[in-house]
Amino acid sequence: MKQHHTVKSVCKTFFGLVLPVAAFLIFLLFPFYWMFVTSVKPNAEIYANPLIYWPREFTWATYEKLFGYFDFLKYMKNSLIVAVCTMILSLFVSTLAAYAFSRYNFPGRKVLMAVFLSNNMFPTVLLMIPLYSIMRQLGLLYTPGGLVLAYTTFTIPFSVWLIQGFIRDVPFSLEEAALVDGCNRVRAFLKIFLPVLTPCLLAAGVYMFMQAWNEYTLASMFTNPATRTIPVALNSLIGQLGVEWDMLCAGGTVSVIPVCVMFFFAQKRLVAGLTAGAVKG
Amino acid sequence: MKPMPRKKFEIWPYLLLAPALIIMVGVVFVPVVEAIIMSFKFYDMRYPNKTEFLGLSNYIEILTKDPQFWPSFGRTLLWVLFGVGFQFLFGFILALILNREFRGRGVVRALSMVPWVTPGVLIGLVWRWLYDGDYGVVNDLLIRMGILEDGIPFLSRMETALPATIVSVVWQGIPFFALMLLAALQGVSPDMYEAADIDGANFFQKLFRITLPSIKNTLFVTLLLRVIWVMNSVDIIQNMTAGGPAYATQTLSVYVYQKAHVLNLGYASAMAVLMTLLMLMAAVPYLRSTFKNDQ
Repeated sequence: MKQHHTVKSVCKTFFGLVLPVAAFLIFLLFPFYWMFVTSVKPNAEIYANPLIYWPREFTWATYEKLFGYFDFLKYMKNSLIVAVCTMILSLFVSTLAAYAFSRYNFPGRKVLMAVFLSNNMFPTVLLMIPLYSIMRQLGLLYTPGGLVLAYTTFTIPFSVWLIQGFIRDVPFSLEEAALVDGCNRVRAFLKIFLPVLTPCLLAAGVYMFMQAWNEYTLASMFTNPATRTIPVALNSLIGQLGVEWDMLCAGGTVSVIPVCVMFFFAQKRLVAGLTAGAVKG
Repeated sequence: MKPMPRKKFEIWPYLLLAPALIIMVGVVFVPVVEAIIMSFKFYDMRYPNKTEFLGLSNYIEILTKDPQFWPSFGRTLLWVLFGVGFQFLFGFILALILNREFRGRGVVRALSMVPWVTPGVLIGLVWRWLYDGDYGVVNDLLIRMGILEDGIPFLSRMETALPATIVSVVWQGIPFFALMLLAALQGVSPDMYEAADIDGANFFQKLFRITLPSIKNTLFVTLLLRVIWVMNSVDIIQNMTAGGPAYATQTLSVYVYQKAHVLNLGYASAMAVLMTLLMLMAAVPYLRSTFKNDQ
């Protein structure tokens, strides 16, 4: 009887847990495995029939090509500048705005909140067209600054919402105590509030960095070969005769690693903020 | 937490909001107005001297003459319905699995999030490689399993191209749903399940009576965000099929994007305005619930 029971429970864990977990992980991660493997295979193995799932010969030649004549480092640098500037600018203005929304009651609060939230709804392609002609007139077209401004169209509304979710978890009594002790509001904000919120702001920052690092639609309109970011550079590997798969897979591997690492550190707090926003906002 | 009670007029909140508001006006509101104005004009960058006011004729042409508009509209609905629908289904299943205690749960959770941080361009292109007619893994596996005799070029066939792109957007969206719903599930009190167990409730009764009502708010916001993102998405389709073959994967946002790329800005704006109206219909319940909650 006891024997029977353990067999049953082993079966239950296998079919109820191990199998579904394995299925999900294989489905979600196999494309990355295939991308990496393609990037280290010699050409003869990439285009082999039947397919070679485990490379027989490893080569870094594609990566040499990627950083050599394709000059991928240039695109990484462009992406880094745009992503860091987007992150800093949006964090700064969104934190102030979110603080105003969650710590003050003022005439017009609701209308302004609706204005910020509704910004999320405008399709990228709607904004892309007028932004293109405005930036051309202002001479911002094809500059990193222009792209950063274009990215704030979606990073600011979203991060105001996200940071508001975080602020809700910071008890107001903390600042109140400081105010009672004779701190003014600015000091209370800088000395008490900001340090408590910093880890959350870093998580929000990672999210915005990620968005800017990965964005393609606007970048393809607002950059030229000199200011091109990674996604546009990857897209340029689609040629007349098809895609340069080896280069694409190498470039893809290189560009995914930094955001993955950042995301792993930020994920817990990020989710806390997203769901806190969802519960009320 | 409730905002501070109002005492006297304060200038601070307005000062704090000013930078964000100024940027938003400059990069969102002015452009939206500009887009609406442009949509009533003939405005084509290829003929810079021929800008003229057309009235409603861009809209009339789109709605009555453009052979691609209504089919793209229909494909957008399919793309969002099946894309978001399956993301939700599989994301929810994954969240239920991850909500159980087991060794290595943290690692599994972190690893299963990777598709979400992957650029859309890369998703489009890597899946294009997986679907390849000659050297694609999907075909190879289907042949090995005996489901197919010969490889199919999934992305260049009319009937398989759209489902194939939907699979990749589902792949992208599962992690976000799983992550959000998992966080919501962890907020559900275990006592409720214990009480239900005592009453002899089965799995589905618990699911529909306890789990889903408890995570309703998160579920709603997650669905709405994903609907907006998926409807807006250009990068995956543009890089997988560029809307082809013969428009089989052209959604509204891809269509507008391509029209804007050939610099027919007036026409593209009119189409984008129509698309925005479609999105606002999805957004109204969201805004309304925000207001209700804030009372």
